[in-house]
Amino acid sequence: MNIFDILGPVMVGPSSSHTAGAVRIGYISQKLLGSMPERAEIYLHGSFADTGVGHGTDKALVAGLLGMDTDDMDIPNSFEIAAERGMSFTFDKIVLENVHPNSVLLKLKGHNGRELKIIASSLGGGRISIVNIDDIETHFTGEYPTLIVHNLDQPGHVAEVASMLAHKSVNIATLNLYRSKKGGYAVMILETDQEIPPEALKWLERVEGVIKVTYLSIKE
Amino acid sequence: MSFESLEELTLTAEKNGISLFEAVLRDDMEERQVKYNESFEKMQGLWQVMLKSADDYDGSRRSASGMAGGDAQKYREYTNTYTALAGSFISEVIYYAISIAESNACMRCIVAAPTAGSCGVLPAVMIPYNKRYNAGNDRMTEGLYVAAGIGQVIAKRASISGAEGGCQAEIGSASAMAAGMLVYLQGGTNEQVKSAVAMALKNVLGLVCDPVAGLVEVPCIKRNVMGAVNAVTSADMALAGIMSRIPADEVIDAMKHVGDAMSESLKETAKGGLAATPTGRKIAEKLLGSK
Repeated sequence: MNIFDILGPVMVGPSSSHTAGAVRIGYISQKLLGSMPERAEIYLHGSFADTGVGHGTDKALVAGLLGMDTDDMDIPNSFEIAAERGMSFTFDKIVLENVHPNSVLLKLKGHNGRELKIIASSLGGGRISIVNIDDIETHFTGEYPTLIVHNLDQPGHVAEVASMLAHKSVNIATLNLYRSKKGGYAVMILETDQEIPPEALKWLERVEGVIKVTYLSIKE
Repeated sequence: MSFESLEELTLTAEKNGISLFEAVLRDDMEERQVKYNESFEKMQGLWQVMLKSADDYDGSRRSASGMAGGDAQKYREYTNTYTALAGSFISEVIYYAISIAESNACMRCIVAAPTAGSCGVLPAVMIPYNKRYNAGNDRMTEGLYVAAGIGQVIAKRASISGAEGGCQAEIGSASAMAAGMLVYLQGGTNEQVKSAVAMALKNVLGLVCDPVAGLVEVPCIKRNVMGAVNAVTSADMALAGIMSRIPADEVIDAMKHVGDAMSESLKETAKGGLAATPTGRKIAEKLLGSK
């Protein structure tokens, strides 16, 4: 932890895990979706479900989905702002298997029709982890630019992505591979040190065998 | 980060002939690969937010649960009317600790220091200190580096999270950070800084995290006052030359052992302590039931 993990974040209270972390989860999720969702189904698990309302976890998640940061003074008014901007949302409780007590399942639908299912956990001090995307287990924090590629489980896709990134001078910080079953559907998640240029993402979307490309930019 | 212990932090400073503040700042430059000014301005920004969060207090606000709000205003009215037992400096500390912790509960903007639940402790000693000694923004920013360096060692050796170590790890850490910072600001020696850290933390060993209804309100807000006042008294003792018989790093390790031995019911789960009292349960049922 660096000294600004000890002092900070600057945040709207009352809880770094239940408020700031929740804003961050919403924020990263809308970045992954590529836009503010048109509709969001929000399912609270564990301590988020038990103490979420008193901690403003509900308002914080919606604020994050609207693109607000942890110190935005409009967080307490996020429900009204969502109504103005045309984002509908529902809340429910859920019991998820094998997750941190402060977790949430989000089912999002974007204006472009794009859908995304995310499970994320708030780990304390405002730090978070995205632990599941579209039913594939993941582990990333959203602190780095992150590329998520869904593809058919065939030889060569990792090499294609890696060489494309090398060509664009983007260094891979971490790389994880997951698959549903052999020869089925595979997901690779890469955290990178540099931002990936948009044209490279467009190219990747057209590669044969690639089903879906999701990119998290950390630029404001 | 490179400091495994407070001993290592003070030795590094002494070996290089620099202050504790500069040792922590240089470590940050190394760790995050940033320039001196980038680091210093970021830290000064946090001090500015602390000042703003104090100015922003409004006694008419209430938290979503209705349990928190208005107490700092009551305290201000009391000190305006009567002479507080505590004297003027400590009275100011009490006021700011309550007001900032209440603002946090009312969803206002604060600096987690080290957590949101303990956000009142550092500003509660810093704002009155700055007023009394006219220390200025740069000097107060130096103080924040010292506090952060202490907090980093505590996070590394033990914990700064109530869910992991109980309230001793949250309010206790904040109090130790504030105590060491005050000694630094007063020009105390590095040994005195460490003694203040040790004494502040020793005084709260075993303090449990037992929030009513799981919310950062009861007893968190008033414990910010205790943490801040404890920092002032520990700093004063250290400055008087009173030393801790147990070295600070060993006290931090003891805090970890106590936290590990603590029942889960006393670590932010709202299942023990004040949360489990008849009144605590009644409040929780009302809040969770009305949802």
